[in-house]
Parts: sequence; structure tokens; C-alpha cells
Amino acid sequence: MWRAELRAKTKNKDRMLIQRVKMPELAPGIRVKHQDREVNIGLNPDQAQTEATRCMDCSNPTCIEGCPVSINIPKFIKNIENGEILKAAATLKETNALPAVCGRVCPQEKQCELRCFYVEKLDKPAVAIGHLERFAADFERNSGVSNIPETEKPNGIKIAAVGSGPASLSFAGDMVKYGYDVTVFEALHEIGGVLKYGIPEFRLPNSVVDFELENLRQMGVKFITNFIVGRTSSFDDLHNDGYKGFFIGSGAGLPRFMDIPGENFNAILSSNEYLTRVNLMGAATDKKDTPVLRGKNVAVIGGGNTAMDSVRTALRLGAERAIIIYRRSEAEMPARIEEVQHAKEEGVEFMTLCNPLEYFADGKGRVRRMRLNRMGLGEPDSSGRRRPLPIEGSEFELDVDLVIVAVGVSPNPLVPACLPDLKVTKWGTIVVDEEKMQSSISEMFAGGDIVRGGATVILAMGDGRKAAESMHHFLQKK
Amino acid sequence: MNRIIGKEYFSDKVVKLVVENPLIARSRKPGNFVILRVGEDGERFPLTIAGADPVLGTITLVVQIMGVSSSKLVALEVGENITDLVGPLGKPTHIEHIGTVLAAGGGVGVAPMLPIAEAFKKAGNRVISIIAARNKDLIILEEEIRRWSDEVIVMTDDGSYGRKGLITAGMEEIIKREKIDECIVIGPAIMMKFASILTKKYNIPTQASLNSIMVDGTGMCGACRVTVGGRTKFTCVDGPEFDAHQVDFDEMLIRLGGYIQEEKRAAEIYSQKL
Repeated sequence: MWRAELRAKTKNKDRMLIQRVKMPELAPGIRVKHQDREVNIGLNPDQAQTEATRCMDCSNPTCIEGCPVSINIPKFIKNIENGEILKAAATLKETNALPAVCGRVCPQEKQCELRCFYVEKLDKPAVAIGHLERFAADFERNSGVSNIPETEKPNGIKIAAVGSGPASLSFAGDMVKYGYDVTVFEALHEIGGVLKYGIPEFRLPNSVVDFELENLRQMGVKFITNFIVGRTSSFDDLHNDGYKGFFIGSGAGLPRFMDIPGENFNAILSSNEYLTRVNLMGAATDKKDTPVLRGKNVAVIGGGNTAMDSVRTALRLGAERAIIIYRRSEAEMPARIEEVQHAKEEGVEFMTLCNPLEYFADGKGRVRRMRLNRMGLGEPDSSGRRRPLPIEGSEFELDVDLVIVAVGVSPNPLVPACLPDLKVTKWGTIVVDEEKMQSSISEMFAGGDIVRGGATVILAMGDGRKAAESMHHFLQKK
Repeated sequence: MNRIIGKEYFSDKVVKLVVENPLIARSRKPGNFVILRVGEDGERFPLTIAGADPVLGTITLVVQIMGVSSSKLVALEVGENITDLVGPLGKPTHIEHIGTVLAAGGGVGVAPMLPIAEAFKKAGNRVISIIAARNKDLIILEEEIRRWSDEVIVMTDDGSYGRKGLITAGMEEIIKREKIDECIVIGPAIMMKFASILTKKYNIPTQASLNSIMVDGTGMCGACRVTVGGRTKFTCVDGPEFDAHQVDFDEMLIRLGGYIQEEKRAAEIYSQKL
């Protein structure tokens, strides 16, 4: 009813006249000095309401189809237009355990916003769904009022989730709503997985993650840290403790290196190591014991979001030159356009169509120089992107004193190593039925990077939701 | 959890801690290590599990005071908790009945060597143990090692206890005297390097337990990477023990020095605070 009234209040042709809001950003000159200040400042209530008015509340909302966790997008946006921000936040929480996270890190431009009526039919900028999601989630967090989603009566069935990253968190959020007794086991000393150790403070503050984790706790999800399932206790031990279902969300925390000469010299780190030191262990501040190496001339190898996070962190830690080295061209870079844009504004240099060959060190074994060659693009390879090929005679050298290797991650082998009956691919990803997310061991389901290889937070969450629904049916049938 | 229930100073630099952690005590095998953190600002660092009592639910750690983190750990009193403790990590030692085993432990490396000597002895092997250190103060666990060895040789660089000389000299004497089927070397990287060169000369299969720098300890970051047989391996998940003759010790020594400036600075700041 209220939706019909709201639609009638403003004509669509007037809605279409409103320009898409521009997210206010901290100036590049300021933000490169601060590891912990968010770049995107967030919309204010007026901006949010105006942007929400652009949404035409389509009778066939294609935007929802673009969302891996099926958020009821028109409903939450119309609540914002109606001034009911807390109701908007509640709508988000119906399907999304971590709305403040998604509102910040989802590639909306490839997902919900790509399917927006404005884009599909009008060739105009989409409604800023991501910015609005963040606005609603942040509003709720700052309001002090916490809406705990309803859960079914507890059914006493114990469920274990392995890993506390986005896949397990969203799985746990749904399972606890179904009434299950869910415990999330985490190997590290902090909960959140890649949300805490991988994504920097200037994109996703840990305090925002903590708030959403607290919400899950309020719903009844239990968390145990410093616990490696398969090592601290075996899966058999957990069976004997009464756990009936398992979700493996142990992620793709295994760094990939290029295996080129000199790669083991000091001051050449994987992006996992670099970001874990800074984001999880707070190494950029003297207050924390964990050190991090700083460089004046920093090279980051790679072109994805992790590479962007690494190179922008290096700038904030005092690099005079922070360089992205990527073997394909900018058009092929997998990183979000927004991240590339922000990086350029901050002064990151982009050396595209370049590939590292070898590293050289000083007398103490610390890297000081690297040799690269230039690349040309040939025919597309199996990923669909044009294959980079070295240009003969194009070798050159670069002075570097810190190198971050961000060329991808592989599935962490710890859990599969403990389960010989678990079917895995040759790359170490767990094989699952794509609809049910069920593995070769019937009570074990899996999702996120351990199934996909390095992917995104939101895809992991979508897997978690699918697995929860599917495990629920599996257990109810038994 | 992780409450310290026993603390004993072997010397003013080396401390034994008995920590309550029933799950790790139960699931741990010789060769495994744990990652610890002391205080909310603390860094993560590894320590080998020197022993465990699954019935009492405790594990034993032996710490040598080196820098800030080991100092903070040793400053904890009985009754206090270690902020974070996780394990058991690493591949357990491969134990088999093979004949005669030479176990060579340098300095605080004798602590991780103890459970390995015990396991080899229990598997029916003849165990000859050499424990060595710079001086008498740094010799630890001699009685415990004797319990699980058929013969024990103690050596100090300065002759203040046991025989005077380097561990490699003691090892070579034994190797020349009798057939050794396998050798275990645990201690400072430089000691393991030379011990390994020695046993390679005599073609004795040798396992070294590496003490690489670690951050997470679960295979996630690659800080602990080492070249073994020309390929990159992670000490925390592929090790900590490797075929010593395949390990690039020179590279490992370089990598161990990766944070020397930062470690020095942190130690200065810490000692000023005290």
C-alpha cells in the first residue's frame, strides 16, 4: 500500500531527471596519509533520500536478479525514500548478514546496478544501490538501535562452520534463523577472515565488521577463535561432540608466487602477508608489536582488488613511488574501476603490459632492483582475456625496495588434507554440487573461495546462503 | 584457557612453561608447534611443543628470551593466560623403526628435539643424543634427554660444561664410530647448516626442523617460505621438518634477518619501557 502511494507521489519522468549522486570522497592528498580513514565518506540523509527517489520501484525488478544474495532492493530503497531508514536496514538484514560490508565492497556495477532499469533500458547511470545499502546499514549502526532479525525456535541441532569469513558468516546467519545451533570455528585470533585481514581500513573498517559480527552473536551464532578444525580437533571429534552438519568456508588463503629468480629475497612479500601485517596485526602503528617493512619504491605485481589494496597501503605507509605492474592492459584488469580510479587519484603509477623476470638484492639480501619485460596482447586464452606475450628485446630494470606479489591465491590446503574422502580438484578447490553446495561427503557443504578459488565477498555470501538452505533441507529429510 | 600452570627457569635466559590447553595436548604429535600471542598488541610467533600431557590437558613450551615477544611471554606469571594460542601446526615428525638415530640439538633447539628423541626411542631405535650450547647456562633438558637416549654427549663452545667444542665435532666422532641410520638436527639455522653439510658428506639421511619467521602459521602468508630441493615450500604447512640436505640454508639465513632493524628498535623501546 505504502509503496503504491510512494510511487504515485512522484512521476517517473521527474524521477528520471535526477542525476545519480556522486559519493563524497576524502581528498587524495589527505587520504594517502591515513591508513585508517575511509576514502568513501558516505551519503548524507538528503543525498540518500534524493537518490532513493530515482528508483522507479519497477513491477519486474531485474536488479534483484543481479544480487547474489537476492536482497529485496526496491523495498529497502523505497523505505529510504519514505524516511524509514531503520526499516530499510531491516529489509537488508532479511537476506544479507553483512549489509555495511556489501554496501562498501560489492562490485555493484557488475551485479545489481548492471541490471537496473536505468542501465538496461535507458542507457543512463544506475540507481546507486550500493551507496544506499551502505547508507542504511551505517545509519542503523550509528543510531544505537540494533534490529535483530527473527529466528525460528531453536531445534537443538548442532552445526559447525569452518572459517569465519563471509561465506561462513552468511551461512551461519541463515542457519541460526532456521533454528540451528551454529558454531563458527576460526583458525586466527580474530573473526571475519578476509574482511579483517585482507580488505584495508580505508575501504572497510574493522569496526564496521565487528558491529555486524555482534549482530550475528545477538542472533545466537557462537564463535570460537584459535581453533583449526581438523587439527585442534578432528572432524571425527566434532561428530562425536554431536555436530550434524559442516560448512567449509576456509577460504583461498594460500598465496601464489611467480617462481622467478630472486623471489625469496627479503622485502618481497605476498599480498596476504603484507595486508595481514597491516590490516589484521596493525603493523603500521608503533603500538602494535608486529612489524611491517616499508619501502620508498614499491612495486605491486598484479591487477586485481588485492593488488590495488596493497599498492594503496604502500602509499599510505610512506612510499614515494607505488607502482602497479600488470602483464595485461588496463582494460583487462580485474580490479573494480572505482579502486583503480582511487588509486590513480592517490598517485599510484600503472605500468601495464609489463611482467617481472628477476629480482636482485643488496649485500644483506634485501631486494633493490628488478628486471622486467614488456608484453603485447595475443589471442584470448581460456579466461577469455587476450594472452600476454613477451616482446623480444624489451627488457628493462626498475629500482625497488619492496615488492608485493598479488597475483592470486589458491585454496588453503589444511582442511582438505584432513579429509581424504573429500573430493577436490587438482587446484585444491572442494568439489560441490553447484546448486546444493554439497560436497562428496554428504553432511559437508562448502562455499566461497575454497570452492571458487580467489573470488569476491558477495559470491562467498551467496554460496553461504545456498548452502544453508540446502543443508536445512538435507537435515530435515533425515 | 591457555592458563600458565607451571613456570621454571632453566637459566636466566631459558624458561619452561606448562600451559593448560586440553585440545592441543590431546591432538598434538611430536614435531608440531603452536602459534602464540601475548597481549592484544602482541605479534604472532611460533614455538615448538616440547611435551604434552593429554591426561592433565597441558602442553610444555620452552622459550629462550630473544626479543620483545619472548620477553613478554616469559614475564607472564603462573595463573595468567596467554592471550592467544593455536595448534597443533606443522607436519609431525616422521617416526619409524630404522636402527640408530643421531639427534643433535643446539641451544633451545633441544626443547623440540626432546619429543622427537622420545618418539624414536619408543619406536625401538637406538638413540644417541648430542646437546650443545655456547655455555653451561644455555644447556637445557639434559635429564629429560637422558631418559630417552641410549647415550648423551653434552658440549659447550667454551668448555664450561661437558666437552669443549662445536656440535659438529661431536657428531663426526659418533658417525665415524658407528653406523647412523638417520640424523635429526634442531637448533640455530647456522648450526643446522653445518651439521647438514657434515651428514651429507657421510650420506646420512637428515631431517632439520626449521625456525623460520611466521605470521599466521597456517599456510596463508608465505613469510616462512624456504627453498627445498629447488622449490619453494612453506615451513608452517610443508614443514617444519625437511630433508636437511635439500634445504637452502643460506637463503634461510638471509630470510631470518628480514626484520632485524625492526626487531632491534622494538627491543630498545621495550627495554626503555621496563
